[in-house]
Amino acid sequence: MDAILFFLFAAIAVVSAINVVVQRHPISSALSLVGVMGSLAVLYLLLGAEFIAAAQMIVYAGAIMVLFVFVIMLLNAGSETSPRKGWLLTAIAMPLLVLFLGLVSYIIQRGFPNAPLVKFGEFTGGSPKEVGTALFTRYLLPFEITSVLILIAIIGAVVLARKEME
Amino acid sequence: MNLDIASILGNFYVLTLVKLGLVAFVLLTALAYLQWIERKVIAHIQLRVGPTRVGPHGLLQPLADTIKLLTKEDLMPPHANKFFFVLAPMVAVFFALSAIAVIPFGPKINLFGIETYMQLSDLNIGVLYLLALSGMGVYGVALAGWSSNNKYALIGGLRSSAQMVSYELPLALALASPLLLAGSLSLREIAESQSGFMLGFIPRWAIFQMPAPQLIGFILFMIAAFAETNRIPFDLPEAENELVAGFHTEYSSMKFASFFMAEYANMVTICCVATLLFLGGWYPIVPSPVADYIPSLLHWGAGAMLIFHGMQPARKWDKYTMPAFGVVFLLGGFVFLIPFLQPILLPLFWFISKVGILLFLFIWVRATLPRFRYDQLMHFAWAFMFPVSVVHLFATAFLVALLK
Repeated sequence: MDAILFFLFAAIAVVSAINVVVQRHPISSALSLVGVMGSLAVLYLLLGAEFIAAAQMIVYAGAIMVLFVFVIMLLNAGSETSPRKGWLLTAIAMPLLVLFLGLVSYIIQRGFPNAPLVKFGEFTGGSPKEVGTALFTRYLLPFEITSVLILIAIIGAVVLARKEME
Repeated sequence: MNLDIASILGNFYVLTLVKLGLVAFVLLTALAYLQWIERKVIAHIQLRVGPTRVGPHGLLQPLADTIKLLTKEDLMPPHANKFFFVLAPMVAVFFALSAIAVIPFGPKINLFGIETYMQLSDLNIGVLYLLALSGMGVYGVALAGWSSNNKYALIGGLRSSAQMVSYELPLALALASPLLLAGSLSLREIAESQSGFMLGFIPRWAIFQMPAPQLIGFILFMIAAFAETNRIPFDLPEAENELVAGFHTEYSSMKFASFFMAEYANMVTICCVATLLFLGGWYPIVPSPVADYIPSLLHWGAGAMLIFHGMQPARKWDKYTMPAFGVVFLLGGFVFLIPFLQPILLPLFWFISKVGILLFLFIWVRATLPRFRYDQLMHFAWAFMFPVSVVHLFATAFLVALLK
């Protein structure tokens, strides 16, 4: 059952990810990205990380992507006109793609030769309580540094967006 | 082969399917009748009578409306983006209805030897699940507005997405403080943490619970809830005097009905959440021996009142319909006294009464308050609701950490 769900949602994630690139219209691409995030949330859930799954849906799919869609709707962006693609571009891109995939699989093979396979339902540290405990004890410093980083980004955005008032 | 009913029903999948069917049936009927109740209540507040033509007191109006909407022509605007135009109502209604899956309606019950919770599924991230669904619900409205290719619909969709994203913050912050009191994210555990009484008579609901009574949190939550469900005074996405009908201007037939259903389903869900988080879920307002008789007494009172009004009919049919409903209520009062059904019906009664009162509040406000202007709405969200809910959350956290 777990394996079936995994392959189903992994396939949805991959197809949606490809769709993000293939679709001409920005809204279609944005919604495909929502599909990717939704299926990733299901994968997190299958692995036992309930809190991460919920946070993924609330933050990425529910807030960030809504803003993306909002901006696309506001600008009323039309379909992208595709630049003229010559055969040369395809001829260079295809070997590069194969090379990239080969490189990734080589690194995984060499880096983790005897890594155990993921077993569904084995991980139990994904509840909100455990995530919170880990964040505020063991990972307190990275957590606080991240929040300061986000604060800087927010202030930066406000400063950049502010109208010049003389 | 063991074909014993109890063992078949005891099977997890069968039991879940049965519960699913029951909840879906009750929810969808309730949604249809909520609209009738809304029309009636608003009519009476405005000194009208509301629907009266279809059935006694217009009681069959929802059925007539359903048939009308099902058989109407389904128009497709010529310049609409067809795929998203069809997808939008589905998204809206799907995320609105799936929220009911984590709502508990009562405690663990034991019926014919089957022990089960009055809930479809108890997630330990129940509250987060609801927040995620409410976040996804924005897409239905936003897409509907955009794909219609109509300027009014587009403005409605834009307003709605901005408004729902803005009010989700105070909503989530107001909702976080009762979680601190309960120490859990599972809706059932939150409700169970509010059982019992302080000093023997004050219910331990979150709005009264020491050390941090959540009355302000409850008010903040309800204000944000009005905005999240796009209801008056925050129904800017479908402000009819500016935007025709807002995001669903171009929709007709079943697609229009889907948006309608989604709006009412969201309303029911948010009232259920408010009940579970702030109003003690299915726990009664007074201690047990008295509380067990309140449902019967209320039903008998209602029955007596209906029969009394039937004696002095204001309209031609009242002398038949009112006593008939009165007798139904009188008998209903006795049902609550059957000891074997009491553990199921009493919690259900308290839960449904609280949800019903909150739904009445929604309707009452709609009949009473005028609509905000859009800049006022946004200013209110960011300059008032957000800071107040942050301060409230800090105060609650401080009190809980200090005194609990």
